[in-house]
Amino acid sequence: MLSTIVFLPLLASVVLAGLPRLGDRAARWTWVVASLVELALVGVVWARYQTPAPGTLAFEEQVPWIPGVGSSYHVGVDGLSLPLVALTAVVFAACAVYALREQDRPRLQAALFLFLQSMCLGLFVAADLIVFFVFFDLSIVGMYFAIAGWGHGQAARSALKFFLYTFLGSLALLLGFIGLYVSSRPRTFDMVELAANPPLVDDGLVGGLVLAAVLLGLAVKTPTVPFHTWLPPAHTDAPAVGSAVLAGVLLKMGTYGFVRIAMPMLPDAWRDWAWVIIAVGIVSVLYGALVALAQTDLKRMIAYTSVNHMGYVVLAVGAAGLVAGTDEQARAVAVTGAVTQMVSHGLITGALFLLAGVLHDRAATYDMGAYGGLARPAPRFAACFAVAAFASLGLPGFSGFIAEFQVFAGAIAAAPVAAIALPGILITAALFLRAIQRLLTGPTTGASVGFTDLRAAELWSVVPLLGLALLIGVLPRTLLDVVEPASEVVVQLVGR
Amino acid sequence: MGMAMQPSALLPEICLLVGALVTLLGGSFLPRRRQWVARLVAVVALLASSAATLVAAGDPALLVYTDTFAVDDATTAARLVVAAGTLLVIGLGVDELTGARQESETYTLLLLSALGAVVMAGAADLLVLAVGFLLASIPLYGLIGMSRTARAAEAALKTYLLGALFGITMLLGVTVLFGVGGTTTYTSLTAGLQDAPAAAVAVGVVAVLAGLMFKAGAVPGHFWVPDAAQGAGTTAAAFLTTLPKVGAVIAAYRLVEVVAGAAGTGLLVAGVAVLGMTLGNLAAFAQTDPRRLLGWSTVSQVGYLLVPVAVAGRSDLALPSLLLYLAAYAVTNLAAFAVVAALPERRTLAEYRGLGRHRPWLAGALLVSLLGLVGTPPTAVFVGKLTTASAAWDGGLPWLAVAVLVNTLLSLFYYLRWLAPVVARTDPHATAPAPRPFAEVAALLAAAASLLLGLMSGVLLSPWS
Repeated sequence: MLSTIVFLPLLASVVLAGLPRLGDRAARWTWVVASLVELALVGVVWARYQTPAPGTLAFEEQVPWIPGVGSSYHVGVDGLSLPLVALTAVVFAACAVYALREQDRPRLQAALFLFLQSMCLGLFVAADLIVFFVFFDLSIVGMYFAIAGWGHGQAARSALKFFLYTFLGSLALLLGFIGLYVSSRPRTFDMVELAANPPLVDDGLVGGLVLAAVLLGLAVKTPTVPFHTWLPPAHTDAPAVGSAVLAGVLLKMGTYGFVRIAMPMLPDAWRDWAWVIIAVGIVSVLYGALVALAQTDLKRMIAYTSVNHMGYVVLAVGAAGLVAGTDEQARAVAVTGAVTQMVSHGLITGALFLLAGVLHDRAATYDMGAYGGLARPAPRFAACFAVAAFASLGLPGFSGFIAEFQVFAGAIAAAPVAAIALPGILITAALFLRAIQRLLTGPTTGASVGFTDLRAAELWSVVPLLGLALLIGVLPRTLLDVVEPASEVVVQLVGR
Repeated sequence: MGMAMQPSALLPEICLLVGALVTLLGGSFLPRRRQWVARLVAVVALLASSAATLVAAGDPALLVYTDTFAVDDATTAARLVVAAGTLLVIGLGVDELTGARQESETYTLLLLSALGAVVMAGAADLLVLAVGFLLASIPLYGLIGMSRTARAAEAALKTYLLGALFGITMLLGVTVLFGVGGTTTYTSLTAGLQDAPAAAVAVGVVAVLAGLMFKAGAVPGHFWVPDAAQGAGTTAAAFLTTLPKVGAVIAAYRLVEVVAGAAGTGLLVAGVAVLGMTLGNLAAFAQTDPRRLLGWSTVSQVGYLLVPVAVAGRSDLALPSLLLYLAAYAVTNLAAFAVVAALPERRTLAEYRGLGRHRPWLAGALLVSLLGLVGTPPTAVFVGKLTTASAAWDGGLPWLAVAVLVNTLLSLFYYLRWLAPVVARTDPHATAPAPRPFAEVAALLAAAASLLLGLMSGVLLSPWS
């Protein structure tokens, strides 16, 4: 079942790439249909999902791959990965619908994004470090071509910067994986076995170095301060669907790696270095928010709020490593908040980037000063943007509130110092309100004159994302029931 | 221990030798437009050699001709990679060589040099190693000079002079090791060197390794590689940047294993490896000619190939990862050269602009081969790099694994410099001449092999699990 979900988009991608005569319209609809089938399949998995016993995965599949080095094609899901699998399917489906208006080589774009979707899904279900790495690396390659091929502005330069930076991260990650492999007994790359029987528990020095390599790789991908400099140019010059996928799904690969790999496989080192991780999280939250406040370019602003939002996740997982003097309950709440934040950020930021794409489509600029009073000519755009902005700043009733509340409740209980990050929420609120004010309110001026409102495809891609964010905000139990047991397991594993 | 005489164990080598002789003799009687017969003979000889290798592949390892030649996994791998690689080289060269003045001679030289590479890989005796070295080198000088351009002449002369220098150094090393060890055969050399003066052993080993480094195109014997890759015909360039390495690196592995007791050999090789990777990468940064770029890239790739040699005998992963990497590197590098051979009129990276639009399949092959050379999964070089870095860490040199990965990052930059124009949007008026058909097929085959080898690498590594 999981393999079907992972490889179906790849199959569709190969078919699209291999049929040069296929019409543009047929190619666009093939992508939409494929992504909707994926969504349905993921829905089936979610409906049939039952929380697996601690240390095991649901829907497991395992086939020997490179037995010489103890690596197998091993996949499965649990409460940490299933929400991200679902998020991937949702974000890609929204992008497929949004791209129904694409004029620039739609067949190749559809093939590329279906390829990317396979890589993202594969990464989140991977239960083997090498399989994880393969998907990680190929997602970078796919995103490079998405930015270089369909971006604007200095696309080639931004794409190269993105590639070099994240490839550095992936190589650091690989080094960490090799370290885990060489230290494990018996030698294996299997994530389930490594989590059950973590290597390097008695070796603080090597354990710390391996954790440093893994953290460097994940921190570049997440991205946290100071490894975030690739993100704003990549986002600014990427096409709308590329930004939505990059922020909505690819950034989660880093934070997912924290809970899936770093915490359970290097518990000792994680506890030793928890304070460093908390500090990086706090700095990312505040720095991301402050720099976002200073932006005049809407897309760059959203990109920097990603640094801020991912900072909450880092803060939470760091706090979960403070075992002494804290209760397990609080740490589990923090981890649950982190996973919820990943899903929430994916939905809301995906929607925001798609809306930013509408601006570029109509007026070829993201400069907030070029617009004014959009609410009058484009009421549907204004409504969607306002909802997305309020959701992103953490208004109660949206998923972001649930996530951030849990992150702070858990993190402050474990480390009161985490409260310094609270102003981050306030600054985000300020910058989003200011963006709403500059773009939507006041007299209609500049590029807003004659602005066409959202078309059907654009509306149908953005509204479901915001609807889900609202649904999670109002009825969080469906998601939390899946996440909470897995968070408790992670917290126990770190506490060993 | 080994049998004295056992010609049947050398059937794959005999096929190559007979093939070379028949091609040479037959070629001199064939008219210019019938030279394809010589090509056919060469192809049959290579296929026969591979078949003979495969038939004997499952047999237990043995040493033949009074322990001077090893027939084991490493030799089997070398035989297969060299034969398959030479077939690919002939395939990508058909368009270039058909009707050329010295077509059959080229095939003869390719077969002889291939034979030399296999002999080096199987040599379990210093004198046999020296013979293999000469057999692999001398035909190469001819191959490089064959295209009769000023550049080719310069490259041939440079290669010849360096080859002579390093060949003599190697023979000096053999002499010293024989003098202090009392034998040239590996089986007794380990014991013979035990009580020998360490300095003399070091001099001998370093001198022999120096010869092998020339043959592998590794630092410090690498100066001829970029010139030859750029100046020689594409067929010759593809061959010389790929297949002689197979023999030289396996020979280095065997030698390091023999003197494993001599402290520092592994570290010396590790140092050479790091120097090679770094120097090759830095020099490749500024290249604009794709063949010269590939020439420098191959200097850095030998660096990676020497990593398992540095931990020879100290990690179970060393030998399997070396053999896998060799096979992976051979098909991947040949895929890149086949693309170059298919587009002979494009001599700078910028001229590859728009290839993705005009020739999507060829561009795909180039994409696979260049990303493969970077080490992007799921190509075979990725698995090779993974196991190689693991072997280095496992063998007690974790910093060497770091060096491999840092250099991989460096290399990404110049491979992308080539790929960027390929995928760039083009002006619609640009027209390109049709690529050469045989080379295009060879490129697709080699790229597919690189992918398949990666996905199936488990099967290749399974004998060691």
